[in-house]
Amino acid sequence: MNIENIKSQFPIFSKKINGKPLVYLDSSNSSQKPISVINRLESFYKNEFSNIGRSIHSLSVNATNKFDETRMSVKNFINANSKDEIIFTKNATESINLIASTFGQQNIRRGDEILITELEHHSNYVPWHYLRESKGAIIKFAPINDDGDIIIGELEKLISSKTKIIAITHLSNVTGTIVPVKEIIDIAHKKNIPVLVDGCQSAPHLKIDVKDLDCDFYAISGHKVYGPTGVGILYGKKKWLEKLPPYIGGGGMISEVTKDKISYAPLPEKFEAGTMPTAEVVAFNESIKFMESIGIKNLVNHERELTNYALEKLKTINSVKIIGNPKNKAGVISFTIKGIHPHDIATILDEEGVAVRAGHHCCQILHQRLNLTASARASFGVYNNKEDVDVLCKAIENCRKVFDLK
Amino acid sequence: MDLKELYQDIILEHGKNPRNFGKCIGFNHEAKGHNPLCGDQVQVYLKLNEKKNVEELTFEGSGCAISMASTSIMTELVKGKSFETAKKIVNEFLNMVKNGSQITTQDLNEDQKIKVMSLSGVKQYPMRVKCATLSWHTLVSALEGKNTDVNTEKVD
Repeated sequence: MNIENIKSQFPIFSKKINGKPLVYLDSSNSSQKPISVINRLESFYKNEFSNIGRSIHSLSVNATNKFDETRMSVKNFINANSKDEIIFTKNATESINLIASTFGQQNIRRGDEILITELEHHSNYVPWHYLRESKGAIIKFAPINDDGDIIIGELEKLISSKTKIIAITHLSNVTGTIVPVKEIIDIAHKKNIPVLVDGCQSAPHLKIDVKDLDCDFYAISGHKVYGPTGVGILYGKKKWLEKLPPYIGGGGMISEVTKDKISYAPLPEKFEAGTMPTAEVVAFNESIKFMESIGIKNLVNHERELTNYALEKLKTINSVKIIGNPKNKAGVISFTIKGIHPHDIATILDEEGVAVRAGHHCCQILHQRLNLTASARASFGVYNNKEDVDVLCKAIENCRKVFDLK
Repeated sequence: MDLKELYQDIILEHGKNPRNFGKCIGFNHEAKGHNPLCGDQVQVYLKLNEKKNVEELTFEGSGCAISMASTSIMTELVKGKSFETAKKIVNEFLNMVKNGSQITTQDLNEDQKIKVMSLSGVKQYPMRVKCATLSWHTLVSALEGKNTDVNTEKVD
C-alpha cells in the first residue's frame, strides 16, 4: 500500500495550518474526508438531489435507489444478515440512544441492571443514565485494570438475574484497548442477555463482522469512517428491531394513520422518521468504497505498524507517560507530560501544525479511574505515516522547551 | 500568533508556583468554578471584612498553565482591594482577554498592570480564553455570595 497516495486523496492535507503542513492526529474525534466522498456530496446536490421515498418523479426514484445502495453496502461491510437490520441515524450517539430508549421502555423495570464498563465514552453511559432516572434502573461498571483492559472475570461476577442488557465499547477512544467483545457476548448470551457494542472507534480500525460477533446491536458513526457528518448506523438483529417500539415519530415511519390508530412501517423505515441526511448517506457509500479499496487487512497492518513505531518513539522522550498498556491496542495513544497540562500541550502542538485532542475525551469515568483530570491524545487514521509521528515527537520536544523542562 | 506571547515567562512562573494557593484562614465567601470541556476546577476562598474589603483571597484547584497563572495573578491583584474596585478590575480583565481592551484602572500600579497584561495574549487563542477567565468569574460569584457554581459553558 502506498501511503503517500492515500494522503493525496485527502484535499485537506494540501492546506497549511499555522504555516506548517497539517499533521492530523485527531481521527478518533473525526476523520478527514477523501476527495471521492466530497465529490459525491457535491455531485448529488448539483445533479441528483431529491428527497427519498416520497415521490414518483425520476429524481426521487434515483435518490431512493442510491440511498438504498448505501444501506446494502453497509450491510455487506459489517456482514449483517439483511439490509433491514441497518438503520440510519445521526451518529453512533443517536444509535445508542435509540436502543437505550426503546429497549428501556419495553424491558427495563425498577431495580433492573444495565452493565457497562469503566472504558465507556459518555455516549454509552448517559443514555443508560436516563433509564436510571426514569425507570429506577441500576448501572454497574465492569472494572478495568491499570493497563486499561476490562477484567473479564469481574465483569462476569457483576452479571446477575437482574441484568437486562450489557453495553460495551469495541475499542477505547482513550487507551486504544481492543475489547474482546466476542468473549463478552458469549458470556452474556449464555445467560440470555443481549449486548450492544459501541463500535464508534472500531469501525474505522478493525474488520467488523456482526454475524461472527453475534452482537445484538452495533453502533457506528459515519464521520469517523471517512464519511460525512450526520450519518450514523445502528445495526440490530432483526428479531430485536421488529420487537422494539419505534423511537422518533413522524413522516416516513408509518404504515397507516387514522384518527384513532397508527401502524408503523416495516424495517428499516420504522426507525427512520422525517427527512434523512440523504446526500450524506449517499456519499457515505464512497467512504465504504474507500475503505474497501485499501483493504481492511492492509489498513489494520498499517495502523498497527504506525502505533508500534509511535509508542517506541514516545517512550524515549523524558516525562512522557502513555496511558494504559492494553493487550491489544489500536492507533489511539493518550499521554501526559509531567509538568505540562494537556491543554498547553495541545496549544503548543497546534503551532507546529499538529492537531491532537486534550481533555477527558468524553471519558470522565475512565480518567477518574486512572486518577487523571485530563490527557492529550494522538489518534491515527489511514492517512498518517511515520513522518507524522516524527513531527509529533519533535513538537513534544518543543513543549518541553517552552516549559523549560529538564 | 506567537507562542512566546502566550507563554510569557511570568505566566510560566506563576503556573509553576501559584501564589496564594490553599484555603485561607477565616474565609467567609467561597465559590466553585468548573470548565466541563476540560475538567478544570477551581475553588476561590475570600475573606471580606466589615468594610467590604478583600482581606484575604486564595484558591485551590488544578488546571493548565494559563488558568493557574491567571488565578495566581488575580489573587495578587485583588487582595487588599475594596469590593467595588475588585469588581472593576475583574471587568477590565475580562474585557482585555475577550475584546483586547487596555487596562486603564488607576487601582493597579504599573507593576500590577504588567502582570495582568501578560495574560492578554490569550485573546489570540479563542479556545483558551475560558482557561484564563474561569477563576475571575468564580471570584465574582464569591464576591456576590451567589452560592452557585460557575460553569464556563454558561457564562459569556
